[in-house]
Amino acid sequence: MQCDQCGERPAAVHLTQIVNDSVTTVHLCEQCAAEKGVQTGATVAKFPLSDFLASMGKGASTQIPVGDDVAECKSCGGTLQDFRDSGRLGCPECYRAFASHLRDLLRRLHGSSQHVGELYTASNAAVDQAAPTVADLRDQLRRAVEVENFELAADLRDRIRVIE
Amino acid sequence: MTFDINLVPDGGISWLDASGSDGNIVLSTRVRLARNLKDQPFTVRSRPEDNQVVLDQVERASRASRQLHDAPLIRIDHLQGNERQLLQERHLISRELAELGDDGKVRAAAALLTDGSVGIMVNEEDHVRLQCLRSGFSLQEAYSDLERLDADIGAQLAFAFHEEFGYLTSCPTNAGTGLRASVLIHLPGLVLTKEIAKVLQGLSQVGLTFRGLYGEGSEVVGNFFQLSNQTTLGKSEGELLEHLGDMVRKVIEYEQQARHVLQRDAPTVIADKVWRAYGLLKYARSLSFDETMNLLSGVRLGVGLNLIPDISVYTLNKLSVFAQPAHLAMSEGRELGDSELAVVRAAYTRQLLEEDATR
Repeated sequence: MQCDQCGERPAAVHLTQIVNDSVTTVHLCEQCAAEKGVQTGATVAKFPLSDFLASMGKGASTQIPVGDDVAECKSCGGTLQDFRDSGRLGCPECYRAFASHLRDLLRRLHGSSQHVGELYTASNAAVDQAAPTVADLRDQLRRAVEVENFELAADLRDRIRVIE
Repeated sequence: MTFDINLVPDGGISWLDASGSDGNIVLSTRVRLARNLKDQPFTVRSRPEDNQVVLDQVERASRASRQLHDAPLIRIDHLQGNERQLLQERHLISRELAELGDDGKVRAAAALLTDGSVGIMVNEEDHVRLQCLRSGFSLQEAYSDLERLDADIGAQLAFAFHEEFGYLTSCPTNAGTGLRASVLIHLPGLVLTKEIAKVLQGLSQVGLTFRGLYGEGSEVVGNFFQLSNQTTLGKSEGELLEHLGDMVRKVIEYEQQARHVLQRDAPTVIADKVWRAYGLLKYARSLSFDETMNLLSGVRLGVGLNLIPDISVYTLNKLSVFAQPAHLAMSEGRELGDSELAVVRAAYTRQLLEEDATR
């Protein structure tokens, strides 16, 4: 069977599509299928997922809307632009500084942003400061609103809700 | 050599002994957990003195753990390139930690603590990468070893943990559980029957991925594939392991079916292929590593199909590690050029196969 598209090479991909309630089958050669963006076993083997994964952190980070690049993590000074360039965050606090962006990204990467695995409970030896009280958080919230850091403010509001 | 690999219990290669479940098809199982310290920048942004603080804290915590209280600490940043390569060839450290690239500069205070099976890479992409390597197909056992270590050192260290995102990692692809489990599996049957692309595509649709022999970014050599979970967040550790385990069991089944088909439909072709591979390995006078791995794949298939007697899977596993460049250089006690390496490799291979045949 020849390829429906080029009529030259033998058809190797048989694509069945449902369009407007009618079933159509298209027979394509590997090359035309690739041009049409149809993923076949052969193309999958040629482009191992590892490459895709290796570039995923970086590629995914480029999907973050431009415009918020100036936002800076107070702890390490890293910005979203840094993350976009390297695919790596600067420090654990970046997850709070860029929470809303990362939440979207994590959902795209993992299908969820909510951890359901083992919970980490810091031991006495490890805890260097007590968990902030609602009063502390409210204070931080007020300051965040004052400096118009709404991302942090939203995060603090969520944390206060959780505690209350 | 400034360090002695024999300091590592069992040389860190007890996983080679083919004692684990499905040892004929699954070479090894590896599970790792990524963790970071709460108040330290990730290694992409850290200064050498930050890395030293991380190492000091992790070492102290390890000394208080059940598994690593007297484990040797190997400073990767104090090693020569060939020594780092040796550890990487044994799968004891990652390519990232070994930094074997041309411009590779090893991260300050990069280190390995290991009891041979369970270990911690320090100052890798994340501050702490706990890992366990086991023979054959044994996800649950590998994870329970790690769980103990995680609990022990987690009690001593302040890990970066977020109520929503879980364990925080330098790359968001690892956040949540920080768990990556991988199974190194030999699939010549699926490659020969050309079913492999379909199987790999199927795996990608169920949230799994594959890599080559040495993990991320490495090529597939000798029909060895590392199958692992792609996502780390939104599912529990148990669910991630169970899902990977179920899928690996399916792949093993497909591989066995493919082998059955090959033997039924093309017995002479297969017998010829595996004996040729054995003949070449046994008599060649110069072998590249890739060729060695491909021939070993043929012989391993022959052993699996009971066509080649007298060769143990252990010998084949051992060859796949000890025929690598840094290992050959170690056994010769000097650096070897490529052509010399190929000659030494062929001699070593011959010797090991002869020893096995006369045992």
